[in-house]
Amino acid sequence: MQKIGVFVCWCGSNIAATVDVEAVAEAVKNEPGVVFSANYQYMCSAAGQKLIQDAIHEHHLTGIVVCSCSPRMHEATFRKTAESAGLNPYMVEIANIREQCSWIHKDKEEATAKAIVLAKAAISKLRNDTPLQAGTSAVTKRCLVIGGGIAGIQTALDVADAGYEVDIVEQRPTIGGRMAQLDKTFPTLDCAACILTPKMVEASQNEKINIISYAKVEKVSGFVGSFKATIRKKARFVDETKCTGCSLCTTKCPSRKGKNEFNMNLDNRGAIYIPFAQAIPNVAVIDPEQCIKLKTGKCGLCEKVCSAGAINYKQEDELIEREYGAIVVATGFKPIDPSPLNEFGYADNADVVTSLEFERLMNAAGPTKGTLLRPSDGKHPKTIVFIQCVGSRCEENTKRGKPYCSKICCMYTAKHAMLVREKYPDTDVHVFYIDVRTPGKNFDEFYRRAAEQYGVDYIKGMVGKVAKEGDKLMVQGSDLINNEQVHIAADMVVLATAIEPDPTARSIGTMLTASMDTNDFFTEAHPKLRPVESPTAGIFLSGVAQGPKDIPETVAQAGAAASKVIGLLAKDHLVTNPCVAQSNELMCNGCSQCEKVCPYGAITYVEKEVRGPGVREVRRVAQVNPAVCQGCGACTVTCPSGAMDLKGFSNKQILAEVDAICRW
Amino acid sequence: MIYSYYPGCTLKDRAKQLDICARKSAEALGITLQELPNWQCCGAVYPQVTDEIASRLSAVRALQSAEGGKLVTMCSACHHVLKRTAYDWNADENFRTKAANYLAEDGGYDGATEVVHFLEVLRDEVGFDELKKKVVNPLTGRKIGAFYGCMVLRPGKVLAFDDPENPTIIEDFIKAIGATPVKYPYRNECCGAYVALEDKGSAEHQVDRALNSAMDAGCDELITACPLCMYNLVENATAHKLPVKYFTELLAEALGVKEG
Repeated sequence: MQKIGVFVCWCGSNIAATVDVEAVAEAVKNEPGVVFSANYQYMCSAAGQKLIQDAIHEHHLTGIVVCSCSPRMHEATFRKTAESAGLNPYMVEIANIREQCSWIHKDKEEATAKAIVLAKAAISKLRNDTPLQAGTSAVTKRCLVIGGGIAGIQTALDVADAGYEVDIVEQRPTIGGRMAQLDKTFPTLDCAACILTPKMVEASQNEKINIISYAKVEKVSGFVGSFKATIRKKARFVDETKCTGCSLCTTKCPSRKGKNEFNMNLDNRGAIYIPFAQAIPNVAVIDPEQCIKLKTGKCGLCEKVCSAGAINYKQEDELIEREYGAIVVATGFKPIDPSPLNEFGYADNADVVTSLEFERLMNAAGPTKGTLLRPSDGKHPKTIVFIQCVGSRCEENTKRGKPYCSKICCMYTAKHAMLVREKYPDTDVHVFYIDVRTPGKNFDEFYRRAAEQYGVDYIKGMVGKVAKEGDKLMVQGSDLINNEQVHIAADMVVLATAIEPDPTARSIGTMLTASMDTNDFFTEAHPKLRPVESPTAGIFLSGVAQGPKDIPETVAQAGAAASKVIGLLAKDHLVTNPCVAQSNELMCNGCSQCEKVCPYGAITYVEKEVRGPGVREVRRVAQVNPAVCQGCGACTVTCPSGAMDLKGFSNKQILAEVDAICRW
Repeated sequence: MIYSYYPGCTLKDRAKQLDICARKSAEALGITLQELPNWQCCGAVYPQVTDEIASRLSAVRALQSAEGGKLVTMCSACHHVLKRTAYDWNADENFRTKAANYLAEDGGYDGATEVVHFLEVLRDEVGFDELKKKVVNPLTGRKIGAFYGCMVLRPGKVLAFDDPENPTIIEDFIKAIGATPVKYPYRNECCGAYVALEDKGSAEHQVDRALNSAMDAGCDELITACPLCMYNLVENATAHKLPVKYFTELLAEALGVKEG
């Protein structure tokens, strides 16, 4: 018979205000097996833990039940407490009487009754607990970073700096991401390329960093410390080891219909191209959709002009399989398509552009070589209207946009407005805004400089219509401060479009079993205390993949993610969860159902001699690899013969809990 | 198909063509528009801006008298009033209770009447593809702009007629009768009719802007579903003039049932 101690926590007033904790401790005192029960204000505090340890010693307890918060919060704490008092840590059960009881009930009597039942269920389970031993698993000392923007680059550099190997997998032909497309950065107005490209070069020259560009992660299996990834490196039809990046081929290519993605499709590029001058790797790539040779078999001009002999029309996709200890998600963002927001006339008017398009129009390496010319007729715009919050902060459940604030738009709009006034002082600049949000170091000063020194006309209110009239765009909006309608004849309208996660994020999240919110941003393990870790062990978050943020925040988060990765990779072994499935070979009928439902590939079938009472034969039976099993329990509910069971959560234990609850 | 039909006052007087052509076209399409007995003025939009109950009762009575079926409207303003009243009856408990008290003597109203504009009947019940097949006199080559005005479109959530920022129902209708629709930016703006008496200048500005925009885009003529827009587009145009017709007039023409 076990000797069980029950410890009821007040959690200050969190539990005690709604649950009569003394009554709970009193009610379970005479449950079978219980030899001690107590209540205390903060069981997780040093004094509370001491109370538990003392009771273990004094009453020779074989197991404890702590009635407190969710096991996600403090199960590990109390396991450690028990272990240091000489108890097996898996002889600890938590009855969640906070999240599942006191926080959701108002009536004290009802809540107390429920807390008693939850405590009794935990006691019943504990009566069936057996000590479990945790094993260990090795840590592969290599990190996978998905996404090669500033977030991914920074994480990779920091992890590599600590001496670990890093692979950056980037879907585009070059690393650099969104930041490479920017002209200047707020609030210092230094040029984005000037601060980004040295980092790109640093990453490419770092011998610990391996850049796998024009590639995607296709499959991931395994678990923390021991992931296995399959990476598809798409055929670029150019031999990376031979190409010198001279770009002669790109100037000779007769195909000119491919949209230049780097310039937000504002101009065209050849079928063979290098995305931009500072691309890393500085290697050409052939767009098979546009290449005349690949489509018709004729042409081959690039091959003729390439003195390095790097062109290879027969190149095929390459599959790379590699093991990693940690995976960092740095998949970034894209601006939304504002076309469905019809009032802004984006789809109908070439001179209504998004901010990222505007960024390219202002950039010296952009389609207009840095001279601000409007797309429709190449004229200098004399009046520009900026509209903030396009597709951000929308009512939920409408399809008009995102419910969240995209965070960066106020600042980049102030930047655009200021740059225009600086470069073209004869240009009138108006900004429509709902609020101007500038909480960042030197941010508000920056915005005020735009409004006060650069004469940017800030109008509080939203725009209801952008309509073409002759060669002007008539912008109709409301001025909420003067309480009037304003009509501005503009030459160009710039939409500060909301940002959303990169479209690949959802499938990557599914592949990694990393949870995401309804907007497809990755969720963190704790919104305040564990902001760079996914709830899935071994998966870390870097940059906008987790939520909208600007460059300094992205870099800070990338460094934080790197430090978590380094902390993991610095360990040689990880303690594994002993709550894994095991198969009773005597009962297994070899049906393979469990193998099919196992999401981790932990179950295999073997031919084995089975010996039991009256049984001695060779059978096909299931075997669980405890290093791979994550203890999800899918196999135990699938098994038709009841041969599969989960340690720590056995059918017997769970039925004992259900039984206790049903006696209520 | 038989529908209850609420023509509205203007259709008995200034906007007779909107009514006559609609009836004839409906007949040609196998639709019977059964005029409600003893209908009264819808209240003409003004009561919508106040919380007065009494002036909205005639709209409730119209809904009541349609006895839970579909009630077809032709005039944008009447449609606006009836549709919003039907919506409020179901969504606004305060309005429902008060209006029901007034109606107690004439028997209750259960909120089941669905107000549909004739254009919606053409789109959702007849179907523009079917309509196209019944056209005997396609208006090939005519470049027609739709003037929606504001009444049928907004508030978008209540009227649920089309996307208020980028409506296409009248353009689809124009296609169905064989003509070429021309989109222009100001087709979904207020025509200015409601300020025409107190601020003629504003009304003229609205109309001129819309007509300018339509002509710029290449419209040779405009159609509308609203007698107020019709009046305003014709009477308050100072810069340019464009022929304006009711959509039912062109429908009747295309179906070959228009007189004269």
